Amino acid sequence: MAIVVVNVMPKPEILDPQGKAVTNAGKRLGHEGFSVRQGKRFEIEVGEVTPTVLEEVRHFAETLLANTVIESFEVCS
Amino acid sequence: MRVGVVTFPGSLDDADARRAISLTGGEPVELWHASDDLRGVDAVILPGGFSYGDYLRCGAIARFAPVMDQIITRANQGLPVLGICNGFQILCEARLLPGALIRNQVQTFTALDQPLRVESTRTAWTSAYWEGQTITIVLKNGEGNYQADPDTIAQLEDEGRVVFRYLGNPNGSLNDIAGITNQRGNVVGLMPHPEHNVDPTITANLDGRPLFTSLADYLLGATC
Repeated sequence: MAIVVVNVMPKPEILDPQGKAVTNAGKRLGHEGFSVRQGKRFEIEVGEVTPTVLEEVRHFAETLLANTVIESFEVCS
Repeated sequence: MRVGVVTFPGSLDDADARRAISLTGGEPVELWHASDDLRGVDAVILPGGFSYGDYLRCGAIARFAPVMDQIITRANQGLPVLGICNGFQILCEARLLPGALIRNQVQTFTALDQPLRVESTRTAWTSAYWEGQTITIVLKNGEGNYQADPDTIAQLEDEGRVVFRYLGNPNGSLNDIAGITNQRGNVVGLMPHPEHNVDPTITANLDGRPLFTSLADYLLGATC
């Protein structure tokens, strides 16, 4: 059994209110220099990692895991 | 006039939408997310709520419910479809409308009586208003912040497809956009809840009614 990871992030030009809230909470804890953007990580169990499987995961990510209007994604294996 | 209202797991305002249809002279028809049978309806409303618990993204999972294939096909053929709040999010996820709704810039759930300006009456759902009319409609959401790339925003503005605009932007939506339509004008999505402003026994503000009465005019015109 292998795991393929898909990371999804809000596009840089899109506001990230969650990241902003985390950044502000960090400041209250004394972390002044940090600016946080919040995304999602998906771990997908697959039988084995092949180019075909990776292509299928990419299609899965594009249609469901990420909304490419506001998010970008990367597939890592 | 048979108007279908889809119930997804987590829909909240489907009953209110059906009541609004009854109060404005239509026949509400219950549609179920897991069935692809549209039961011969003349129009469809995707109601507010938190379909599938807003898991993944608001509307992202509902967009792939069995009922949606039919709705997408029929909407592209001209079936009037109205998406309210979560319904608007689903229409964006389904790409029937451009852009996306993200978390409110104010980082809070927003619930208020929201003043709006009606920007376009050239849709299936807004002909009973007048252009420039100021109305007040209930707004209640955590993710009503409308975003799209600059080209899309320019296209919406150039083509007169912004249908409702906030007077006093409550959530960071680009160009104060509260509701938009597709090129044909049969699909409309908006974040405020017109179905909560229709019943005189509950509120003196009946500014939501024209959305539902517009549809009757549109369907009459469409069959002539």
